[in-house]
Amino acid sequence: MKIMLVDDSRTIRNIQKNVLKQLNHTDVVEAADGVEALARFQEQVPDLMFVDWNMPNMDGLTLVRKIREVNRTVPIIMCTTEAEKSRVLEAIKAGVNNYIVKPFTVDSLGEKIQQTMAKVNAAAGAAAH
Amino acid sequence: MDVRYINSFVGATCNVFETMVGMPVAVDKPTVKSEATPSADVSGVIGFSGDATGSVVLAFSFDTAAKIASAFAGAQITPQHPDFADAIGELANMVAGGAKSKFDGFNINISLPNVIVGRDHNVCPSRSAPRIVIPCRTEAGFFYVEVGMVVEKKVQRAAAVAAGVTP
Repeated sequence: MKIMLVDDSRTIRNIQKNVLKQLNHTDVVEAADGVEALARFQEQVPDLMFVDWNMPNMDGLTLVRKIREVNRTVPIIMCTTEAEKSRVLEAIKAGVNNYIVKPFTVDSLGEKIQQTMAKVNAAAGAAAH
Repeated sequence: MDVRYINSFVGATCNVFETMVGMPVAVDKPTVKSEATPSADVSGVIGFSGDATGSVVLAFSFDTAAKIASAFAGAQITPQHPDFADAIGELANMVAGGAKSKFDGFNINISLPNVIVGRDHNVCPSRSAPRIVIPCRTEAGFFYVEVGMVVEKKVQRAAAVAAGVTP
C-alpha cells in the first residue's frame, strides 16, 4: 500500500514514517505542502493519504477539495492540531474519510488506518455487487 | 487573562509532551511576565487571530531544547541540525492547537510556527496584553510556556450568555 504523507514539518513526517514502519507500511511518499502533494498525486495516485491542515503555499483543506474534484475514492485522513468539532465537520464536508488529532500515538494512528481502509473496502465491495 | 485559558495551555503542554516526547511535565505556578523572567535561547512562537489574538511561546535553553527535540524526533538533534527549528516549531504548533480546541465556540486561527534561535533573547510581542509565564519541569530541564491573549469582547459576552452568566 502506497501512503502519501503531506505535512510541512519534516519531523512529523519522519515520526509518521516510523509509526507506519511499525505497522509494516514502508511504501511512503512525502510532500511538504498542498502544491507539492498535488504534483505528486498527479504522478501517481496513492492508496492512502495523511494530510495536515495548516501548511504554507496550499493548506490541507484546499488540497482535499482539489483532490476530490478529480478523485472521489482515494482515502484521506486529516492529521492535524485543529481539534474543534467545527473544523472536523469542515474537513468531512471537504471530503476526508477520517480525522486524527495531533498529538497521536502508534495505536491511534494504526486504528485510524484500519478504520479507514475497512470502510473504504466495504464501500468498494458494496459497489461491486 | 481568564484562568481557564491558562489551564487550556497547561493541559495541552502536558498532553503533547507526554504523548509525543515521552516526557511527563510538572507545572509550577504561572506568573505574570516580568524582568525577572529568564531569557531564552530557543523560542517556538505561534500567533493567534480571529476571536482571540495574541501568541504562545515555548521558550527553552539550548541544552533543554536539544534534549527535547531529540526525544520528540527519535534521533539526536543538536541546535545545528537542519530539523532542530522544525521540531521546536511543531511542538509549539501542537500546544497551540491543543489549547485552542478548549476554547469552545470561539473561531481562532493559528499561524504557522516561527522559531527564534539565539542565546539570551526575549520575545516581545507588539501588543501589550499581560503575558503569563507557565514554568515547566521535565527530565530534560526547565522550559517556559508564555501566553499573551486577548479575547474579543463581543465573543466574551456571547460565551458568558451561553454559560448563563450575566456579562
